[in-house]
Amino acid sequence: MKKTPLYDEHLRLGGKIVEFAGWEMPVQYSGVVAEHVAVRERVGLFDVSHMGEIWVTGARAEEALDYLTCTKVSSLYDGKAHYSAILNERGGVVDDIIIYRCSKERFLICVNASNADKDFEWLTKHNPTDAKIVNASAEYGQIAVQGPRAIELVAPLVKGVDVRALKYFHFVECEILNSPVIVARTGYTGEDGVEIFVKAEKTVDLWRLLLEQGAALGVLPCGLGARDSLRLEAALPLHGHELAEDITALESGLGWIVKFDKGDFVGKAALLKQKESGLSKKLVGFHLDGAGIARQGDIVATADGKEIGVVASGTKTPTINKALGMAFVTTPFTALDTKLAFVVRGRSIDGHVVQLPFYKRSN
Amino acid sequence: MEFPNEYKYTKDHEWVLVQGDKAVVGITEFAQSELGDLVFVDLPAVGKSVATHGTLCVVESTKAASDVYSPVSGTVAERNEALANDPGLINRTPYTEGWIVKLSGVSQSEIAGLMSADEYKKLVGK
Repeated sequence: MKKTPLYDEHLRLGGKIVEFAGWEMPVQYSGVVAEHVAVRERVGLFDVSHMGEIWVTGARAEEALDYLTCTKVSSLYDGKAHYSAILNERGGVVDDIIIYRCSKERFLICVNASNADKDFEWLTKHNPTDAKIVNASAEYGQIAVQGPRAIELVAPLVKGVDVRALKYFHFVECEILNSPVIVARTGYTGEDGVEIFVKAEKTVDLWRLLLEQGAALGVLPCGLGARDSLRLEAALPLHGHELAEDITALESGLGWIVKFDKGDFVGKAALLKQKESGLSKKLVGFHLDGAGIARQGDIVATADGKEIGVVASGTKTPTINKALGMAFVTTPFTALDTKLAFVVRGRSIDGHVVQLPFYKRSN
Repeated sequence: MEFPNEYKYTKDHEWVLVQGDKAVVGITEFAQSELGDLVFVDLPAVGKSVATHGTLCVVESTKAASDVYSPVSGTVAERNEALANDPGLINRTPYTEGWIVKLSGVSQSEIAGLMSADEYKKLVGK
Protein backbone atom coordinates (compact mmCIF):
# COMPACT_ATOMS: atom_id res chain seq x y z
CA MET A 1 0.00 0.00 0.00
CA LYS A 2 1.30 3.46 -0.90
CA LYS A 3 1.68 6.38 1.49
CA THR A 4 1.77 10.07 0.65
CA PRO A 5 4.51 12.31 2.08
CA LEU A 6 1.92 13.45 4.67
CA TYR A 7 1.15 10.01 6.11
CA ASP A 8 2.86 10.66 9.46
CA GLU A 9 1.16 14.06 9.70
CA HIS A 10 -2.21 12.35 9.33
CA LEU A 11 -1.41 9.96 12.17
CA ARG A 12 -0.20 12.83 14.35
CA LEU A 13 -3.44 14.74 13.68
CA GLY A 14 -5.58 11.73 14.61
CA GLY A 15 -6.60 10.96 11.04
CA LYS A 16 -8.50 7.71 10.58
CA ILE A 17 -6.65 5.85 7.84
CA VAL A 18 -8.44 3.81 5.18
CA GLU A 19 -7.37 2.16 1.95
CA PHE A 20 -8.24 4.20 -1.15
CA ALA A 21 -7.10 3.22 -4.64
CA GLY A 22 -4.03 1.48 -3.23
CA TRP A 23 -3.18 4.39 -0.93
CA GLU A 24 -3.39 4.72 2.83
CA MET A 25 -5.40 7.92 3.18
CA PRO A 26 -7.23 9.73 6.00
CA VAL A 27 -10.99 9.38 5.65
CA GLN A 28 -11.52 11.89 8.48
CA TYR A 29 -9.81 13.65 11.38
CA SER A 30 -12.32 15.48 13.58
CA GLY A 31 -15.41 14.18 11.76
CA VAL A 32 -16.91 14.34 8.29
CA VAL A 33 -19.60 16.86 9.23
CA ALA A 34 -17.24 19.27 11.01
CA GLU A 35 -14.76 19.07 8.12
CA HIS A 36 -17.46 19.53 5.49
CA VAL A 37 -18.79 22.59 7.32
CA ALA A 38 -15.28 24.02 7.75
CA VAL A 39 -14.85 24.03 3.97
CA ARG A 40 -18.28 25.58 3.32
CA GLU A 41 -17.84 28.28 5.96
CA ARG A 42 -14.10 28.79 6.48
CA VAL A 43 -11.23 26.76 5.02
CA GLY A 44 -10.09 23.14 4.89
CA LEU A 45 -6.87 21.38 3.87
CA PHE A 46 -6.85 18.15 1.91
CA ASP A 47 -3.91 15.90 1.20
CA VAL A 48 -4.38 15.08 -2.47
CA SER A 49 -0.82 13.89 -2.99
CA HIS A 50 -2.16 10.56 -4.20
CA MET A 51 -3.35 12.26 -7.40
CA GLY A 52 -1.11 11.61 -10.39
CA GLU A 53 0.97 14.16 -12.30
CA ILE A 54 1.94 13.49 -15.90
CA TRP A 55 4.06 15.85 -18.00
CA VAL A 56 3.55 16.09 -21.74
CA THR A 57 6.35 18.07 -23.35
CA GLY A 58 7.93 18.84 -26.69
CA ALA A 59 7.17 20.74 -29.88
CA ARG A 60 4.16 18.52 -30.62
CA ALA A 61 2.79 18.30 -27.05
CA GLU A 62 -0.27 20.40 -27.86
CA GLU A 63 -1.03 18.37 -30.97
CA ALA A 64 -0.70 15.14 -28.97
CA LEU A 65 -3.09 16.32 -26.26
CA ASP A 66 -5.63 17.58 -28.78
CA TYR A 67 -5.82 14.00 -30.05
CA LEU A 68 -5.57 12.24 -26.67
CA THR A 69 -8.22 14.31 -24.84
CA CYS A 70 -11.68 15.64 -25.69
CA THR A 71 -11.09 19.35 -25.04
CA LYS A 72 -9.53 21.92 -27.35
CA VAL A 73 -6.05 22.03 -25.86
CA SER A 74 -4.98 24.46 -28.58
CA SER A 75 -7.33 27.03 -27.03
CA LEU A 76 -5.30 27.12 -23.80
CA TYR A 77 -2.75 29.82 -23.15
CA ASP A 78 0.14 29.95 -20.68
CA GLY A 79 -1.17 29.88 -17.11
CA LYS A 80 -4.60 28.57 -18.13
CA ALA A 81 -5.96 25.16 -17.19
CA HIS A 82 -9.07 23.29 -18.15
CA TYR A 83 -11.10 20.32 -17.07
CA SER A 84 -10.87 17.56 -19.68
CA ALA A 85 -11.08 13.82 -20.17
CA ILE A 86 -9.20 10.95 -21.75
CA LEU A 87 -11.71 8.88 -23.75
CA ASN A 88 -11.57 5.45 -25.30
CA GLU A 89 -12.69 4.65 -28.87
CA ARG A 90 -16.25 4.04 -27.65
CA GLY A 91 -16.40 7.50 -26.10
CA GLY A 92 -16.14 5.99 -22.60
CA VAL A 93 -14.14 7.86 -19.98
CA VAL A 94 -10.69 6.44 -19.26
CA ASP A 95 -10.21 9.26 -16.77
CA ASP A 96 -11.20 12.85 -16.09
CA ILE A 97 -8.24 15.18 -15.81
CA ILE A 98 -7.08 18.77 -15.56
CA ILE A 99 -4.67 20.01 -18.21
CA TYR A 100 -2.37 22.92 -17.28
CA ARG A 101 -0.51 24.79 -19.99
CA CYS A 102 2.82 26.02 -18.64
CA SER A 103 3.99 26.82 -22.17
CA LYS A 104 3.11 25.71 -25.68
CA GLU A 105 5.61 22.89 -25.29
CA ARG A 106 5.02 21.99 -21.65
CA PHE A 107 1.72 20.70 -20.23
CA LEU A 108 0.97 19.20 -16.84
CA ILE A 109 -1.90 16.74 -16.50
CA CYS A 110 -3.40 15.96 -13.11
CA VAL A 111 -5.11 12.57 -13.07
CA ASN A 112 -6.98 10.41 -10.56
CA ALA A 113 -4.88 8.32 -8.16
CA SER A 114 -6.69 5.13 -9.07
CA ASN A 115 -6.02 5.69 -12.77
CA ALA A 116 -2.53 7.20 -12.80
CA ASP A 117 -0.63 4.16 -14.06
CA LYS A 118 -3.37 3.21 -16.51
CA ASP A 119 -3.53 6.77 -17.87
CA PHE A 120 0.22 6.95 -18.33
CA GLU A 121 0.22 3.69 -20.29
CA TRP A 122 -2.80 4.76 -22.31
CA LEU A 123 -1.34 8.15 -23.22
CA THR A 124 2.00 6.61 -24.12
CA LYS A 125 0.38 3.92 -26.27
CA HIS A 126 -1.94 6.30 -28.15
CA ASN A 127 0.44 9.23 -28.47
CA PRO A 128 0.37 10.09 -32.21
CA THR A 129 3.47 12.30 -31.99
CA ASP A 130 6.98 12.28 -30.59
CA ALA A 131 5.85 14.37 -27.59
CA LYS A 132 7.49 13.16 -24.40
CA ILE A 133 5.15 11.74 -21.77
CA VAL A 134 6.51 11.33 -18.25
CA ASN A 135 4.75 10.00 -15.16
CA ALA A 136 6.08 12.34 -12.45
CA SER A 137 3.53 11.38 -9.80
CA ALA A 138 6.13 10.34 -7.23
CA GLU A 139 7.90 13.71 -7.47
CA TYR A 140 4.91 15.74 -6.29
CA GLY A 141 2.85 16.22 -3.22
CA GLN A 142 -0.41 18.08 -3.62
CA ILE A 143 -2.46 20.02 -1.10
CA ALA A 144 -5.92 21.41 -1.77
CA VAL A 145 -6.84 24.52 0.22
CA GLN A 146 -10.58 24.99 -0.10
CA GLY A 147 -13.19 27.32 1.33
CA PRO A 148 -14.22 31.00 1.36
CA ARG A 149 -11.08 31.93 3.34
CA ALA A 150 -8.64 29.80 1.32
CA ILE A 151 -7.22 32.67 -0.70
CA GLU A 152 -6.76 34.78 2.44
CA LEU A 153 -4.69 31.89 3.85
CA VAL A 154 -2.55 31.18 0.79
CA ALA A 155 -1.94 34.65 -0.65
CA PRO A 156 0.51 35.90 2.02
CA LEU A 157 2.62 32.74 1.67
CA VAL A 158 3.32 33.14 -2.03
CA LYS A 159 6.33 35.19 -3.00
CA GLY A 160 6.14 37.74 -5.81
CA VAL A 161 2.69 36.79 -7.13
CA ASP A 162 -0.76 37.95 -6.08
CA VAL A 163 -2.85 34.82 -5.76
CA ARG A 164 -5.91 37.02 -5.09
CA ALA A 165 -5.75 38.12 -8.72
CA LEU A 166 -5.60 34.56 -10.01
CA LYS A 167 -8.80 33.74 -11.87
CA TYR A 168 -10.71 30.47 -11.69
CA PHE A 169 -8.93 27.67 -13.61
CA HIS A 170 -5.80 29.77 -13.92
CA PHE A 171 -2.52 28.90 -12.25
CA VAL A 172 0.91 30.28 -11.57
CA GLU A 173 4.36 28.73 -11.16
CA CYS A 174 5.84 30.45 -8.13
CA GLU A 175 7.57 29.81 -4.80
CA ILE A 176 6.45 29.04 -1.27
CA LEU A 177 9.06 28.42 1.44
CA ASN A 178 11.72 29.08 -1.21
CA SER A 179 10.63 26.01 -3.11
CA PRO A 180 8.94 25.90 -6.52
CA VAL A 181 5.19 25.25 -6.48
CA ILE A 182 2.29 25.45 -8.87
CA VAL A 183 -0.71 27.23 -7.37
CA ALA A 184 -3.93 26.63 -9.32
CA ARG A 185 -7.31 28.21 -8.63
CA THR A 186 -9.14 24.92 -8.89
CA GLY A 187 -10.80 22.47 -6.54
CA TYR A 188 -13.21 19.64 -5.97
CA THR A 189 -15.52 21.04 -3.33
CA GLY A 190 -17.72 23.68 -4.95
CA GLU A 191 -15.91 26.40 -2.98
CA ASP A 192 -13.26 28.92 -3.89
CA GLY A 193 -9.71 27.78 -3.27
CA VAL A 194 -6.49 26.51 -4.72
CA GLU A 195 -4.67 23.28 -5.33
CA ILE A 196 -0.92 23.46 -4.76
CA PHE A 197 1.55 21.13 -6.44
CA VAL A 198 4.68 20.96 -4.33
CA LYS A 199 7.87 18.91 -4.37
CA ALA A 200 7.29 15.64 -2.50
CA GLU A 201 10.01 16.43 0.03
CA LYS A 202 8.56 19.89 0.77
CA THR A 203 4.98 18.71 1.26
CA VAL A 204 5.21 18.30 5.04
CA ASP A 205 6.64 21.81 5.49
CA LEU A 206 3.88 23.33 3.37
CA TRP A 207 1.16 21.34 5.17
CA ARG A 208 2.43 22.48 8.57
CA LEU A 209 2.73 26.08 7.42
CA LEU A 210 -0.86 26.07 6.13
CA LEU A 211 -2.18 24.55 9.37
CA GLU A 212 -0.24 27.04 11.48
CA GLN A 213 -1.14 30.12 9.42
CA GLY A 214 -4.72 28.93 9.02
CA ALA A 215 -5.37 28.41 12.73
CA ALA A 216 -6.70 31.97 13.14
CA LEU A 217 -9.03 31.40 10.18
CA GLY A 218 -10.42 28.20 11.66
CA VAL A 219 -8.70 25.82 9.24
CA LEU A 220 -9.33 22.09 9.60
CA PRO A 221 -7.50 19.18 7.98
CA CYS A 222 -10.13 17.30 5.99
CA GLY A 223 -10.29 13.68 4.87
CA LEU A 224 -11.70 11.76 1.94
CA GLY A 225 -15.12 11.58 3.61
CA ALA A 226 -15.67 15.33 3.46
CA ARG A 227 -14.05 15.49 0.03
CA ASP A 228 -16.70 13.07 -1.23
CA SER A 229 -19.70 14.78 0.40
CA LEU A 230 -18.49 18.21 -0.79
CA ARG A 231 -17.95 17.11 -4.37
CA LEU A 232 -21.31 15.37 -4.45
CA GLU A 233 -23.17 18.50 -3.29
CA ALA A 234 -21.38 20.41 -6.05
CA ALA A 235 -22.31 17.57 -8.49
CA LEU A 236 -18.67 17.10 -9.50
CA PRO A 237 -18.30 13.62 -11.01
CA LEU A 238 -16.05 10.93 -9.56
CA HIS A 239 -14.43 8.34 -11.78
CA GLY A 240 -15.76 4.91 -10.82
CA HIS A 241 -19.11 6.45 -9.95
CA GLU A 242 -20.40 8.96 -12.53
CA LEU A 243 -17.59 8.28 -14.98
CA ALA A 244 -16.46 4.92 -16.33
CA GLU A 245 -14.96 3.33 -19.42
CA ASP A 246 -18.28 1.71 -20.37
CA ILE A 247 -20.32 4.90 -19.98
CA THR A 248 -19.83 7.59 -22.60
CA ALA A 249 -18.83 11.15 -21.80
CA LEU A 250 -22.19 12.35 -23.14
CA GLU A 251 -24.16 9.95 -20.91
CA SER A 252 -22.14 11.19 -17.92
CA GLY A 253 -23.04 14.80 -18.67
CA LEU A 254 -19.58 15.77 -19.92
CA GLY A 255 -20.92 17.02 -23.25
CA TRP A 256 -19.82 20.54 -22.30
CA ILE A 257 -16.15 19.53 -22.46
CA VAL A 258 -16.36 17.45 -25.65
CA LYS A 259 -15.21 19.74 -28.46
CA PHE A 260 -16.27 18.39 -31.83
CA ASP A 261 -14.96 21.52 -33.58
CA LYS A 262 -11.37 20.34 -33.57
CA GLY A 263 -9.45 17.67 -35.47
CA ASP A 264 -9.74 13.97 -34.77
CA PHE A 265 -9.49 12.74 -31.19
CA VAL A 266 -9.95 9.36 -29.54
CA GLY A 267 -13.67 8.73 -29.10
CA LYS A 268 -14.84 11.44 -31.51
CA ALA A 269 -16.51 9.18 -34.06
CA ALA A 270 -18.41 7.20 -31.44
CA LEU A 271 -19.62 10.32 -29.66
CA LEU A 272 -20.68 12.03 -32.90
CA LYS A 273 -22.75 9.00 -33.74
CA GLN A 274 -24.31 8.92 -30.29
CA LYS A 275 -25.02 12.64 -30.46
CA GLU A 276 -26.95 12.13 -33.70
CA SER A 277 -28.91 9.09 -32.54
CA GLY A 278 -29.65 10.58 -29.11
CA LEU A 279 -28.93 9.31 -25.63
CA SER A 280 -30.75 6.31 -24.22
CA LYS A 281 -29.64 7.10 -20.65
CA LYS A 282 -28.43 10.17 -18.81
CA LEU A 283 -26.96 11.19 -15.50
CA VAL A 284 -29.53 13.03 -13.38
CA GLY A 285 -29.66 14.49 -9.88
CA PHE A 286 -32.20 13.17 -7.40
CA HIS A 287 -33.63 13.86 -3.99
CA LEU A 288 -35.33 11.21 -1.91
CA ASP A 289 -38.77 12.14 -0.56
CA GLY A 290 -39.07 9.13 1.76
CA ALA A 291 -36.71 8.27 4.61
CA GLY A 292 -33.46 6.54 3.68
CA ILE A 293 -30.34 6.92 1.60
CA ALA A 294 -29.81 5.51 -1.91
CA ARG A 295 -26.20 4.63 -2.69
CA GLN A 296 -24.08 3.47 -5.62
CA GLY A 297 -25.55 0.35 -7.22
CA ASP A 298 -29.08 0.78 -5.87
CA ILE A 299 -31.73 0.26 -8.56
CA VAL A 300 -33.85 3.13 -9.88
CA ALA A 301 -37.39 2.22 -10.96
CA THR A 302 -40.56 3.87 -12.15
CA ALA A 303 -43.43 4.31 -9.70
CA ASP A 304 -44.92 1.04 -10.99
CA GLY A 305 -41.70 -0.88 -10.49
CA LYS A 306 -40.05 -0.98 -13.93
CA GLU A 307 -36.26 -0.87 -13.65
CA ILE A 308 -34.93 2.24 -15.41
CA GLY A 309 -31.55 2.95 -13.92
CA VAL A 310 -28.91 2.73 -11.24
CA VAL A 311 -27.51 5.08 -8.60
CA ALA A 312 -23.98 6.36 -9.27
CA SER A 313 -23.43 8.21 -5.96
CA GLY A 314 -25.70 8.96 -3.07
CA THR A 315 -25.62 10.05 0.54
CA LYS A 316 -27.18 12.45 2.97
CA THR A 317 -24.90 15.45 3.00
CA PRO A 318 -24.16 17.80 5.88
CA THR A 319 -24.94 21.16 4.23
CA ILE A 320 -28.13 20.06 2.51
CA ASN A 321 -29.80 17.93 5.13
CA LYS A 322 -31.44 15.64 2.58
CA ALA A 323 -30.72 12.30 0.98
CA LEU A 324 -29.54 13.08 -2.55
CA GLY A 325 -27.39 11.73 -5.31
CA MET A 326 -26.79 11.20 -8.99
CA ALA A 327 -28.11 8.29 -11.03
CA PHE A 328 -28.05 6.99 -14.57
CA VAL A 329 -31.64 6.91 -15.76
CA THR A 330 -33.16 5.79 -19.06
CA THR A 331 -34.76 8.50 -21.16
CA PRO A 332 -37.49 9.78 -21.03
CA PHE A 333 -37.51 9.48 -17.22
CA THR A 334 -34.82 12.14 -16.90
CA ALA A 335 -36.92 15.32 -16.95
CA LEU A 336 -36.95 17.54 -13.85
CA ASP A 337 -39.48 16.50 -11.19
CA THR A 338 -40.02 13.04 -12.71
CA LYS A 339 -41.09 10.69 -9.90
CA LEU A 340 -38.66 7.83 -9.34
CA ALA A 341 -38.48 4.91 -6.94
CA PHE A 342 -35.22 3.77 -5.38
CA VAL A 343 -34.81 0.18 -4.27
CA VAL A 344 -32.76 0.20 -1.06
CA ARG A 345 -32.30 -3.10 0.79
CA GLY A 346 -35.38 -4.53 -0.89
CA ARG A 347 -37.59 -1.58 0.01
CA SER A 348 -38.78 1.15 -2.32
CA ILE A 349 -38.17 4.80 -1.43
CA ASP A 350 -39.84 7.59 -3.42
CA GLY A 351 -37.73 10.31 -4.96
CA HIS A 352 -37.65 12.70 -7.89
CA VAL A 353 -35.31 14.23 -10.45
CA VAL A 354 -33.79 17.58 -9.48
CA GLN A 355 -31.56 20.18 -11.08
CA LEU A 356 -27.79 19.80 -10.60
CA PRO A 357 -25.76 20.97 -8.76
CA PHE A 358 -27.29 20.56 -5.31
CA TYR A 359 -25.05 23.29 -3.94
CA LYS A 360 -23.77 26.43 -5.58
CA ARG A 361 -21.74 28.99 -3.68
CA SER A 362 -23.18 32.47 -3.53
CA ASN A 363 -19.99 34.54 -4.00
CA MET B 1 -13.25 5.41 25.80
CA GLU B 2 -16.06 4.61 28.15
CA PHE B 3 -17.76 1.22 28.57
CA PRO B 4 -20.21 1.33 31.49
CA ASN B 5 -19.96 -1.65 33.82
CA GLU B 6 -23.68 -2.26 34.18
CA TYR B 7 -24.03 -2.85 30.40
CA LYS B 8 -23.45 -6.07 28.46
CA TYR B 9 -21.61 -6.12 25.12
CA THR B 10 -21.29 -8.12 21.91
CA LYS B 11 -18.32 -8.71 19.63
CA ASP B 12 -20.30 -6.82 16.96
CA HIS B 13 -20.12 -3.71 19.18
CA GLU B 14 -23.68 -3.48 20.43
CA TRP B 15 -24.58 -2.95 24.07
CA VAL B 16 -27.55 -4.18 26.11
CA LEU B 17 -28.99 -2.77 29.30
CA VAL B 18 -31.71 -4.62 31.18
CA GLN B 19 -34.57 -2.32 32.12
CA GLY B 20 -37.37 -4.19 33.88
CA ASP B 21 -38.54 -6.93 31.52
CA LYS B 22 -37.05 -5.16 28.49
CA ALA B 23 -33.58 -4.90 27.02
CA VAL B 24 -32.38 -1.52 25.75
CA VAL B 25 -30.00 -1.86 22.79
CA GLY B 26 -27.51 0.55 21.27
CA ILE B 27 -24.01 0.61 19.80
CA THR B 28 -20.82 1.23 21.76
CA GLU B 29 -18.65 4.30 21.85
CA PHE B 30 -16.02 2.33 19.91
CA ALA B 31 -18.58 1.48 17.21
CA GLN B 32 -19.75 5.07 16.80
CA SER B 33 -16.19 6.35 16.55
CA GLU B 34 -15.40 3.77 13.87
CA LEU B 35 -18.56 4.62 11.91
CA GLY B 36 -18.07 8.37 12.06
CA ASP B 37 -20.85 10.98 11.98
CA LEU B 38 -24.16 9.20 11.45
CA VAL B 39 -26.67 10.87 9.14
CA PHE B 40 -29.49 8.31 9.06
CA VAL B 41 -30.81 5.43 11.14
CA ASP B 42 -33.14 2.99 9.43
CA LEU B 43 -35.18 1.97 12.50
CA PRO B 44 -37.03 -1.37 12.59
CA ALA B 45 -40.83 -1.48 12.88
CA VAL B 46 -42.29 -1.90 16.33
CA GLY B 47 -43.45 -5.52 16.62
CA LYS B 48 -40.67 -6.87 14.42
CA SER B 49 -39.19 -10.03 15.90
CA VAL B 50 -35.46 -10.40 15.69
CA ALA B 51 -33.20 -13.38 16.15
CA THR B 52 -29.85 -13.27 17.92
CA HIS B 53 -27.36 -11.89 15.35
CA GLY B 54 -30.19 -10.97 12.99
CA THR B 55 -30.13 -7.50 11.44
CA LEU B 56 -31.81 -5.15 13.88
CA CYS B 57 -31.39 -1.93 11.91
CA VAL B 58 -29.03 -0.07 9.62
CA VAL B 59 -27.03 3.00 10.62
CA GLU B 60 -25.60 5.20 7.91
CA SER B 61 -22.75 7.69 7.78
CA THR B 62 -22.16 9.91 4.75
CA LYS B 63 -19.83 7.19 3.45
CA ALA B 64 -21.55 3.89 4.17
CA ALA B 65 -24.45 1.89 5.54
CA SER B 66 -23.69 -0.58 8.35
CA ASP B 67 -25.85 -3.27 9.92
CA VAL B 68 -26.56 -3.31 13.63
CA TYR B 69 -27.17 -6.87 14.83
CA SER B 70 -29.51 -7.87 17.59
CA PRO B 71 -27.50 -8.98 20.63
CA VAL B 72 -30.32 -11.30 21.75
CA SER B 73 -33.59 -12.54 20.31
CA GLY B 74 -36.78 -10.65 21.09
CA THR B 75 -39.43 -8.31 19.73
CA VAL B 76 -39.02 -4.61 19.03
CA ALA B 77 -41.21 -3.00 21.70
CA GLU B 78 -40.07 0.58 21.34
CA ARG B 79 -37.73 2.52 19.09
CA ASN B 80 -35.90 5.77 19.66
CA GLU B 81 -37.88 8.12 17.43
CA ALA B 82 -35.53 11.00 18.30
CA LEU B 83 -32.93 9.37 16.03
CA ALA B 84 -35.05 10.22 12.99
CA ASN B 85 -34.27 13.91 13.41
CA ASP B 86 -30.92 13.59 15.11
CA PRO B 87 -28.93 10.44 14.33
CA GLY B 88 -25.93 12.23 15.85
CA LEU B 89 -27.35 11.31 19.28
CA ILE B 90 -25.63 7.96 18.74
CA ASN B 91 -22.30 9.72 18.19
CA ARG B 92 -22.67 12.13 21.08
CA THR B 93 -24.32 9.96 23.73
CA PRO B 94 -24.14 6.32 22.57
CA TYR B 95 -25.13 4.84 25.97
CA THR B 96 -27.98 7.17 26.89
CA GLU B 97 -29.91 9.38 24.43
CA GLY B 98 -28.43 7.38 21.56
CA TRP B 99 -30.23 4.13 22.42
CA ILE B 100 -31.79 2.46 19.37
CA VAL B 101 -34.55 0.04 20.43
CA LYS B 102 -36.07 -1.65 23.45
CA LEU B 103 -36.69 -5.37 23.01
CA SER B 104 -39.35 -7.36 24.86
CA GLY B 105 -39.58 -11.13 25.25
CA VAL B 106 -35.87 -11.42 25.90
CA SER B 107 -34.13 -14.16 27.85
CA GLN B 108 -32.27 -12.91 30.93
CA SER B 109 -29.89 -15.86 30.70
CA GLU B 110 -29.05 -15.02 27.09
CA ILE B 111 -28.21 -11.47 28.17
CA ALA B 112 -26.16 -12.74 31.10
CA GLY B 113 -24.07 -14.75 28.64
CA LEU B 114 -22.92 -11.63 26.75
CA MET B 115 -19.57 -9.94 27.34
CA SER B 116 -18.86 -7.84 30.40
CA ALA B 117 -17.40 -4.34 30.07
CA ASP B 118 -13.94 -5.67 30.91
CA GLU B 119 -14.14 -8.44 28.34
CA TYR B 120 -15.35 -6.00 25.68
CA LYS B 121 -12.66 -3.49 26.57
CA LYS B 122 -10.09 -6.22 26.00
CA LEU B 123 -11.65 -7.09 22.64
CA VAL B 124 -11.41 -3.57 21.25
CA GLY B 125 -8.06 -2.91 22.92
CA LYS B 126 -9.12 0.35 24.60
